[in-house]
Amino acid sequence: MSSFTQPSKAARASAPPDTVSEGRGGALPLRLTVNGRLLELSVVPWTTLLDLLRNTLSLTGTKKGCDHGQCGACTVLVDGTRINACLTLAVMHDGADVLTIEGVADGETLHPLQRAFIERDAFQCGYCTPGQICSALGLLRERRAKRAATTDDDVRELMSGNLCRCGAYPNILAAIRDVLHDPTSGSAAHEPKDDAGGGT
Amino acid sequence: MNAFSYTRADSVAAALHSAAARPDAAFIAGGTNLIDLMKENVAAPAHLVDITRLSLREIAPSADGGLRIGALVSNSNVASHPEVERRYPLLAEAILSGASAQLRNMATTGGNLLQRTRCYYFYDVGTPCNKREPGTGCPAIAGHNRIHAILGTSEHCIATHPSDMCVALAALSATVIVEGSAGERRIAFADFHRLPGDTPERDTNLAAGELITAVELPARGFAEHASYLKVRDRASYAFALVSVAAALELDGEQVVAARIALGGVAHKPWRDLEAEQQLVGKPARAEEFLRVGEWLVRGARVHTHNAFKVELAKRAVVRALEQARDARPAGPGAVS
Repeated sequence: MSSFTQPSKAARASAPPDTVSEGRGGALPLRLTVNGRLLELSVVPWTTLLDLLRNTLSLTGTKKGCDHGQCGACTVLVDGTRINACLTLAVMHDGADVLTIEGVADGETLHPLQRAFIERDAFQCGYCTPGQICSALGLLRERRAKRAATTDDDVRELMSGNLCRCGAYPNILAAIRDVLHDPTSGSAAHEPKDDAGGGT
Repeated sequence: MNAFSYTRADSVAAALHSAAARPDAAFIAGGTNLIDLMKENVAAPAHLVDITRLSLREIAPSADGGLRIGALVSNSNVASHPEVERRYPLLAEAILSGASAQLRNMATTGGNLLQRTRCYYFYDVGTPCNKREPGTGCPAIAGHNRIHAILGTSEHCIATHPSDMCVALAALSATVIVEGSAGERRIAFADFHRLPGDTPERDTNLAAGELITAVELPARGFAEHASYLKVRDRASYAFALVSVAAALELDGEQVVAARIALGGVAHKPWRDLEAEQQLVGKPARAEEFLRVGEWLVRGARVHTHNAFKVELAKRAVVRALEQARDARPAGPGAVS
């Protein structure tokens, strides 16, 4: 039921819920802000956030690679924090702010990370790329919050949750390094609004 | 994934009540292991109690001068907390050596303690497994057992506990705070996880319906001389073949106190108080460390593919203690 075409924003907002009232648990209401748009949804509890994004909202930029948290292709930002959308239930994120690859650019203006990925040729088949970019976005926020210097080894380590079977790692690293060390690249317009990281 | 019903609890009391009403219920927090197990049909709770809205996200000083970490604090937030970095670098280092940044952002302190083994037979419902289905047998014993345990095994199960964080918590002598219908109780970390014996289906001594609310670290954090060494098949994002949490208190060259916990070798983080005692009063030198390493693996029982872990564990103990002595807490791959 996934679609390869991007529906209009209106179509996305009014898309029907995945399935309703089957089995032991009925559909539950869910308010979610996805890429800046508040959605009122109804989901059965066993819907993962990944399946909601792809199947219900037709936001197929977020990829299903392994579906077990081992590849990182499903990485999105929830309340500004990168997570694996395949290992979390949509219903657990009532009230959350979700940023997917579709919301990373500012209209037609690419995010500096997206530009860097193109300039550095940081992909071959492209399947892992949305997850790589969302993960790198999370990394940038984490490192800036910590005000810590970040070496290439740090980036390799902190991006190890995103696999690239084409082996574009050197160029992915180069793209992230470009943005990491460019003080003008992290403009506020590109940052998700809600900065709540959860916890202390 | 099977269908299940879902409740979002707004207090610990409500969560306990919700779980008590449904014996087939499970608590869910980070979900990074439970949802995976549900996808594989290894776990099939009929009801999930979502505890993520409970007020268990604080890290605060404890009464005895230690630190109390709420059960819902994410692994990332524990590892990057200034007091953890300053007073318990061993814990921060162990956490950062595990999983990926995305998983650490979701995974919680309480959930980390309750994650299940990554034994491939346990995960494959097409094979027997005493841990998953008691009494069906353990194919790992005569099968693929390269990642399996060498210490504390039984004829029923040779699975290992997968956590890195727990190895550091064991070395630091943490306490697990749990709440159930009978009220709160405190469990010493060494008593929290179990050896398989003839009940490998029980990983921990948590009673049915009990909820972990916090983990407490004692005042003594061994911040000066600590090191977490993790040996694995790839440089990052892999479970430990062998890991060692090592901590020393030194007076000059002499050992005043030592802590050593091993991961990847047993059904629980492996500590041997006698081994630690053997180091006290001795010079902090490689030959002493090797003696202790040999002592630690003296009861090892190996299988076809995991005999290498005995030598690996010995050498890892030596290196981890050397790193702790030399105050080089950040091993390869560690990120501050």
